Amino acid sequence: MTQTRLTHLQALEAESIEILREVAASFERPVMMYSIGKDSSVLLHLARKAFYPSRIPFPLLHVDTTFKFREMIAFRDRTAEEYGFDLIRHTNQDGVRDGINPFDHGSSRYTDIMKTAALRQALNAGKYDAAIGGARRDEEKSRAKERIFSHRNASHAWDPKNQRPELWRTFNTRLNPGESMRVFPISNWTELDVWTYIYSENIPIVPLYFARPRPVVERSGTLIMVDDERLPLLPGERPREEVVRFRTLGCYPLTGAIRSDAADLPSIIMEMQASRTSEREGRLIDSDSVGSMEKKKQEGYF
Amino acid sequence: MASPNTDLDLWLAQQTDKSLLRFLTCGSVDDGKSTLIGRLLYDSQLVLDDQLASLKKESHNRIVGEEGIDFSLLVDGLAAEREQGITIDVAYRFFSTDKRKFIVADTPGHEQYTRNMATGASNADLALVLVDARKGVLTQTRRHSFILSLIGVKHVVLVVNKIDLVDYDRAVFERIAAEYRAFAEPLGFKTLAAVPVSALRGDNILRPSAHTPWYDGAALVPYLEEIAVSEDRSAQSFRFTVQWVNRPDLDFRGFSGTIASGTVAVGDDVLIASSRKPARVSRIVTMDGDLTRAVAGQAVTLVLDREVDVSRGDVLSHPGETPEFSNQFQARLVWMNEEAAFPGRSYLLKIGAQTVPATITDLKYRTNVNTLERSAATKIDLNEVATVTIATDKPIAFDPYAANALTGGFILIDRLSNATLGAGAIEFGLRRAQNLTYQNFDVNREVRARMKGQAPRIVWFTGLSGSGKSSIANLLEKRLTAEGRHAYILDGDNVRHGLNKDLGFTEAARVENIRRVAEVARLMADAGLVVLVSFISPFEKERRLAREIAGDIDFTEVYVDTPLDVCEARDPKGLYKKARAGEIKNFTGIDSPFEAPSNPELVLHGAEEEPAVLADQLHGWLKF
Ligand SMILES: Nc1nc2c(ncn2[C@@H]2O[C@H](COP(=O)(O)OP(=O)(O)OP(=O)(O)O)[C@@H](O)[C@H]2O)c(=O)[nH]1
Ligand SMILES: [Mg+2]
Repeated sequence: MTQTRLTHLQALEAESIEILREVAASFERPVMMYSIGKDSSVLLHLARKAFYPSRIPFPLLHVDTTFKFREMIAFRDRTAEEYGFDLIRHTNQDGVRDGINPFDHGSSRYTDIMKTAALRQALNAGKYDAAIGGARRDEEKSRAKERIFSHRNASHAWDPKNQRPELWRTFNTRLNPGESMRVFPISNWTELDVWTYIYSENIPIVPLYFARPRPVVERSGTLIMVDDERLPLLPGERPREEVVRFRTLGCYPLTGAIRSDAADLPSIIMEMQASRTSEREGRLIDSDSVGSMEKKKQEGYF
Repeated sequence: MASPNTDLDLWLAQQTDKSLLRFLTCGSVDDGKSTLIGRLLYDSQLVLDDQLASLKKESHNRIVGEEGIDFSLLVDGLAAEREQGITIDVAYRFFSTDKRKFIVADTPGHEQYTRNMATGASNADLALVLVDARKGVLTQTRRHSFILSLIGVKHVVLVVNKIDLVDYDRAVFERIAAEYRAFAEPLGFKTLAAVPVSALRGDNILRPSAHTPWYDGAALVPYLEEIAVSEDRSAQSFRFTVQWVNRPDLDFRGFSGTIASGTVAVGDDVLIASSRKPARVSRIVTMDGDLTRAVAGQAVTLVLDREVDVSRGDVLSHPGETPEFSNQFQARLVWMNEEAAFPGRSYLLKIGAQTVPATITDLKYRTNVNTLERSAATKIDLNEVATVTIATDKPIAFDPYAANALTGGFILIDRLSNATLGAGAIEFGLRRAQNLTYQNFDVNREVRARMKGQAPRIVWFTGLSGSGKSSIANLLEKRLTAEGRHAYILDGDNVRHGLNKDLGFTEAARVENIRRVAEVARLMADAGLVVLVSFISPFEKERRLAREIAGDIDFTEVYVDTPLDVCEARDPKGLYKKARAGEIKNFTGIDSPFEAPSNPELVLHGAEEEPAVLADQLHGWLKF
């Protein structure tokens, strides 16, 4: 083989591997966020490649809000066992004690407590100086503005107006005490890149991405899957079986399914080509208001 | 490949064949950069329905085109940007056409955010330099163009925007294009095209516009689809930067990193830059299996055939085409921080995976971004470009930036705040430095110290003028002398009469003042003396530098903390009075800052005790 130029995916892969290695070499206590979604699956795959034949030299952290899809949790435990990485699970126990849930407390308060605050707790507890995440710049407008090595002050806040210059691939990884870094190795990937990479590398993902008959209820145009008995049904509401899938995964009461027949990767990729809506449309927390993602990130959200 | 699926595999193959073009938009404020990118995304059908709906809502009360959309909102993603209607930081957007994939960095035009423009330029192959047809070429247009040339962006398209606002006038377009070409000539871009467009109305974006029949060049997108920019990095000399030593167990030791340029094959002889030691590549390891050969851009793990000392930051090359290895070089520097750069101040330099302390040894000249003229300077301010020589504490491996951006570009980092202060491009190594070695003499510090029966050390007093530094130092010296020790006071006023009489009181001169004194103090301690340095030394950075220069010599920082009003009331030399009257400029505490030490070994409260008491305390604390 006399290939001299890398394909687009090969180049993206190499860039991400370089970033992951830079984290391992430059920080004392890195951690990788593992949200069990497709981007996390790609990230995990890249981390295995980056350090092979060594094991991934940092733990994976899953912030469990207690309302994740059951299939996600099962997939997480299977994957951890298969690849043998260190998995840290964290749940905000104060939230559990106070019975915080998206129904009684609203999606935004629930997310603040069970996701954002939980994440801060976990990062503080582990004294992590770098947290690797699977966010991409094509996801959302404020993400499009973020550096690959994104500096956080001692209270985990992002200062979007004052980011460090980031030249070439020469990353400034230095921190003052208490500060930390969020690192996004797949910043330059698009949703389509992620799917084609999953396809060509044969990366396992949660089956919820594939169309299947599932019990759902429809609420103001959004299909919510009835994953367990905690979802309060409205008067007269009855779950019904529909063939649906998810473009993005999170907490089941806050994640909209789409009607689709795409039951395997090729169909998903073809469906995406024709799609006229963005993947975030299915995330109920992002559509609250313009700039809500930026605000959340300033508060320490990923 | 997974399950064979002909349709998809065919489509994937097409995608794979598409090349990628990374470009940026730049130019002056409000010239329409973000609008242009928004337009490109919109016209290439990348704005999805849900995004479009919210965009239309937001465009209310803004300047919109026929589509009812303010296109800049598609890229200006920060709340502050939307409020102020300007771009603050780079936005990275992705789009593709049937022919090519694009990553575009939309950068801010505002001078204040020039560093963010440089960020966007550093990974780009091509730049769209926008000009408002009504305003023509402005200072910021020139500044950005100059930075493009410095960062090595080789292809430029001059986009004369808002052509709709000058009635699609050919003369306006041609005048601007001619003026820009004349300015850009010395910048050496490989290609330079000019296109008249209206980002807002969509003229000459996807296809030639009926409004500009006189323009016979390509519309913008077709031009971007066709232009050849790729340099074959694999054809260059082999460079491999070791990022991480891969050591899962005792049986495996590999070096993980990315091939910056060239190719490497199993069996190749390589040379390690830092030690000049040879070795042979025995394996190229990846999780997908071993390779026989790897090319520029690939992230791999190399295994060598013998035990050699290789660590993070080392650069591997083929023998005969090695990188330079030196501790001094000349470079062009863009400064990106509010606090100016000074020769003599110590920074951290990061190049590839190497991070070393470094000092600007000489500021040769500053380049005026408007006229490209050179002028002498003592400091480099925010957004300025200068040519400097830099010395690093240890030799580093590098190439001239023009030959290899990945091994010739570096950043400078502040040693206290850790901020990224500037970016540089190495021009060439300075040979002189390679031959400069330290003389090692047989009579060394220990021998001399033993003769004197004392441990040499440096006691560094810092504090305001009139705080009591000299009085305390004087009493301490007397006492040490009485005890039979050899001590010496280096005093600010005295040194300024001799060694440093060429220096004034600007920030730059103060930095150099302290550097020289620190070096003298080190030499004296090396000669076996106890050195008492009594200097205002107002800046944390220089005190830190002094400590570093001292190296392994014991260094004690003593902060004589006397409040300004007390010092001013004492005013032993009448200096405060003069400073208040404006007769002396840059006087510490009055119109020049004093940065209180954050972590001194000892604080003496000059307003609370007599100098004699403080000198006794100090003597006790120092445990001679
Ligand atoms: N008539 C007309 N107006 C335009 C055109 N392009 C941009 N504008 C307007 O010019 C103004 C500034 O546009 P922006 O896209 O924000 O300019 P910018 O260059 O991105 O500005 P900064 O990023 O802040 O430097 C907006 O009001 C646009 O609507 C054009 O081709 N024709
Ligand atoms: Mg803009």
